[in-house]
Amino acid sequence: MATFSGSGLTCLRGENLVFRDLDFTVAGGGALVLVGPNGSGKSSLLRMLAGLLGPAAGTLTWDGEAVTDEPDEHHARLHYVGHHDCVKPILTVAENLAFWARLHGSAATSEDRLERALHSLDVGHLRDVPGRFLSAGQKRRVNLARVVAVPAPLWLLDEPATALDRASVGRLNDAIAAHRAAGGLVVVSTHQDLGLDDPTILDLADFPPGPAPGVAI
Amino acid sequence: MKLSRMLLPWAGGLTLLLGIAGLWFALFDSPPDYQQGETVRIMYVHVPAAWMSLFCYVVMAISAGVGLIWKHPVADVAAKGSAPIGAAFTIVTLISGAFWGKPMWGKWWVWDARLTAELVLLFLYLGYIALIHAFDDPKRGLKAGAVLALVGLINVPIIKFSVDWWTTMHQPASVVKMGGPAIDASMMVPLLLMAFAFKAYYIYVLLLRMRAEVTAGKVRALRLRQAHGAV
Amino acid sequence: MTGFAAIVRRDLRLALRQGSDSTMVVMFFVLTCVLFPFGVGPEPNILARIAPGVIWVAALLASMLALERLFLADYEDGSLELLATAPPPLEFVVAAKILAHWLTTGLPLLIATPLLAILLNLPSEGFQVLIATLLLGTPTLSLIGAIGAALILGARRGGVLLSLLVLPLYIPVLIFGVGAVDAVIGGFPARTHVLVLSGILAVALPLAPFAAAAALRQALE
Repeated sequence: MATFSGSGLTCLRGENLVFRDLDFTVAGGGALVLVGPNGSGKSSLLRMLAGLLGPAAGTLTWDGEAVTDEPDEHHARLHYVGHHDCVKPILTVAENLAFWARLHGSAATSEDRLERALHSLDVGHLRDVPGRFLSAGQKRRVNLARVVAVPAPLWLLDEPATALDRASVGRLNDAIAAHRAAGGLVVVSTHQDLGLDDPTILDLADFPPGPAPGVAI
Repeated sequence: MKLSRMLLPWAGGLTLLLGIAGLWFALFDSPPDYQQGETVRIMYVHVPAAWMSLFCYVVMAISAGVGLIWKHPVADVAAKGSAPIGAAFTIVTLISGAFWGKPMWGKWWVWDARLTAELVLLFLYLGYIALIHAFDDPKRGLKAGAVLALVGLINVPIIKFSVDWWTTMHQPASVVKMGGPAIDASMMVPLLLMAFAFKAYYIYVLLLRMRAEVTAGKVRALRLRQAHGAV
Repeated sequence: MTGFAAIVRRDLRLALRQGSDSTMVVMFFVLTCVLFPFGVGPEPNILARIAPGVIWVAALLASMLALERLFLADYEDGSLELLATAPPPLEFVVAAKILAHWLTTGLPLLIATPLLAILLNLPSEGFQVLIATLLLGTPTLSLIGAIGAALILGARRGGVLLSLLVLPLYIPVLIFGVGAVDAVIGGFPARTHVLVLSGILAVALPLAPFAAAAALRQALE
């Protein structure tokens, strides 16, 4: 079982310290839920885990190996859902999805698999609709279908329930449960209770920035 | 910060001393050129300024690179501080060149290789300055500027080469010969004095700018803390 | 490699379905060239003398037109974050996007060039070499331009800034592109010019995606 952990993580945005000395560990099948008030660094932490943002201090390890040593390998094992849904308005839902699947090197991803991913989030009937006709919730579901379509051990979800109705949140939960049952890891930030089974809660308010570091010259 | 406070008066004093000595030699105690007459005295400003315009660019690009790779804040500040000084030297070079060109060639501006390369250098400086100020987050601007400065560093020799090539295709290279290849000692002394005066001036202004930049950074940090209610 | 092809295909599909970018670039190219006879007069000899330069400068400005959108659309809708966290290295992704950009904006310029050469009375011996130099030069423009397009992400007044950054870097390509055509028309071989153009392309090909990827990573931080 894979283990993903970070130790002593410190996040600096511009000249602003967001959090410091943050530690966490998630093992295969586990779920880490990030909570905390606005500006406490939930999104920044997820971007850091995705490799988009370099930590000012601290290390991230996957099965004991630093992820910065092999960034491409790390990218191959993660799915990231950010604030945007990156659904191209001119491409159809199926085309959008097929592109990301192919980019994840999964030429073997059959039509069938994409189809099932779409259905699992109840957007199967939209497969030939161009992205510009979708509502915010539908776009979000297409984005989540992208995550479901190609298997990857690590899911990083930033506020995945935004714009989703009750039924869709349930489907998201099912997808996460299936992912965890298969040994996958998930790190998710949220303001509402998603109702995940047995989550580990990480409250970012426990890692206050403290005094800003002086500019030393 | 302490080091800069110590160096500042020295650099300033040296600028004054060398500048006055250089100007004295340049204006009163050096012979007029046998071909160019009194106008040759423009050279004592023009040539050191041209040297400095390139020197500042190299310093800027190298410190930008250091700032980018090793994330050293002083290097970033040095790169940012060098750019306007370098741009100013470039402008001085171009204007003094025009004053020299008028009596020598009868035109304020000719599309000579050196002039053109200098003009492009000015655009590179202006592009860098515009880029670092185009972002709300000053650090992001410095990083973007660093990439540009390094790309420019690779490009400067290519541009120089292509411009040389271009003018030799269009007009003979005999138009410009900087004061002749063999330069007399009586001209060399003021030239070197002025060159060192300019260098000291650069260090002086750069230190001033870096101090100002660091102070501005502290003010920003205070404002931020205020905004977050920590003060 | 599947990733590379997938990006090229997606960007081509996006460009073709929208259609506007390629058409706009070509229209701009043609219109700019057509303005010159009004500016300098319809005298055929004068037009013939300035034709290579006018066509090259217009091509340069036209290729800048669509540059701003190169990464901006993906940056705004979040696709760039996903491209940066996808398995293929970001340098690869950038190279694929540049290729697609050149195919949709550089290549159409080449197709419009013979028409403009006729309108501007370019001597016929210059046709071939003009096309050849554009074929070698416009990819370099796309490559260098990509660095600028990556640098301006998130900046205020990106479009104007982009031209300020990129145009000085375009000068060598312009000099050797026009030089080659002038040489052939004047009865000289253009071999050296073409070799230098190829050399610049060979340098830009590995370096530009590298620099642009570095700039993109900064933009995403």
